[in-house]
Amino acid sequence: MRKEILESVHSHPFLKQFQPQQVDRLAELAQEARFDRDQIIFRQGDASSFFYLIISGKVALEVTAIGRTLRVQTVADGEPLGWSSILPSEGKHFQARALGAVRALAWDGARLREACDQECSLGYALMKRLLAVVAERLQATRMQILNMYSTPQKES
Amino acid sequence: MASVLVDPMLPKPARVVQVDKDTHDTFTLSLETGNGNGQPAFAPGQFSMLYVFGVGELPISISGDPEEPGRLVYTVRSVGKATNALVTRRPGDQVGVRGPYGTSWPMTRARGKDLLVIAGGIGLAPLRPAIYHILRHRGDYRRLIVLYGARSPQDALYRKQLTAWTYLPDTQILTTVDYGGLRWRGYVGVVTTLFRYVRLQPERTVALICGPEIMMRYVIRELEIRGVAASDTYLSMERNMKCAVGFCGHCQMGPYFVCKDGPVFPLSQMQPWMGKYEL
Repeated sequence: MRKEILESVHSHPFLKQFQPQQVDRLAELAQEARFDRDQIIFRQGDASSFFYLIISGKVALEVTAIGRTLRVQTVADGEPLGWSSILPSEGKHFQARALGAVRALAWDGARLREACDQECSLGYALMKRLLAVVAERLQATRMQILNMYSTPQKES
Repeated sequence: MASVLVDPMLPKPARVVQVDKDTHDTFTLSLETGNGNGQPAFAPGQFSMLYVFGVGELPISISGDPEEPGRLVYTVRSVGKATNALVTRRPGDQVGVRGPYGTSWPMTRARGKDLLVIAGGIGLAPLRPAIYHILRHRGDYRRLIVLYGARSPQDALYRKQLTAWTYLPDTQILTTVDYGGLRWRGYVGVVTTLFRYVRLQPERTVALICGPEIMMRYVIRELEIRGVAASDTYLSMERNMKCAVGFCGHCQMGPYFVCKDGPVFPLSQMQPWMGKYEL
């Protein structure tokens, strides 16, 4: 089992740019997580706990407001989930729900932060990689807000 | 040999034979044209001018199968008086048709390559004839990858067809929506997020793109990052076309008339004019 986790960490696309010793360190701390279809992985407002890298499956990020739940993003194979766990004292911004069987690598947020504090190069590599993900998601959210598909062609 | 002069501004009458509701505001009309000689009546990517008598004339992309004889199919979103008049035609009604006009998707040049079709919203309509063509001539092309983005699952066009195509060999169809309800089990996010889930071989990929211009700009950036050449990337541009034959200048974009020089352009030709203010 442990060997399988190590192999998954070493082959995960999110960690492709990391130095081998950084990946080794992350592998030491990694666990495996599995979720069933429709299982809630975390809820909006939950205290930060785990950071995940999805190995297989699809997860929906949902916002619950005014009595309804809206799906705003999906993340799937190769992508990170729960990046706010890297920040101390941050509650979860979204609810995450497995849309099918999901297999992921999981890190306890507190232990991961501790490792990043101890090894600044690992911390920097992780923050740099996550910042790119956060920036990409911010850009995607802006495009969603644009409502670009609904802009009608002006008729004369 | 005697040449026949045809007035390019004169519409030919065509009979509406079928109207299908695709979404709450988008309809697909089938017109009987009487052209049943077995030759393709248009090339994928071309458009017609459709005239609702007494209301107005509109440029509408052809969304049907180029090799279906005697019939032209158009997908129209109702956004105003003329488009509303068009989508409320009933079988048996007549509309005027001019065309087909404009340039087409590079189906000959793309032979032997992977076809990456990227569409947003109603932009799937002018790309559907290209997909029909690939499926009819499957041996001429390698993989078919379709990335489609819509506002919501209810706003997605041709849903049953897209689902059916996912089961075809060498075909990958991915649909994403900006916002999905709890019943939607597909992807949620803008169309560019789907690039993560396809493996491109850029040197043998031809990309065909149609959608809102802002979407196309982000798609182009993703293609550049992944190494797809500008000369292998084609866009269908949308402008306010009136005459459709390059006389009136309404659809001018830089040095081009979109009706005559387009609507399909290679990116290498269109790149200097993309995103220019007031063009």
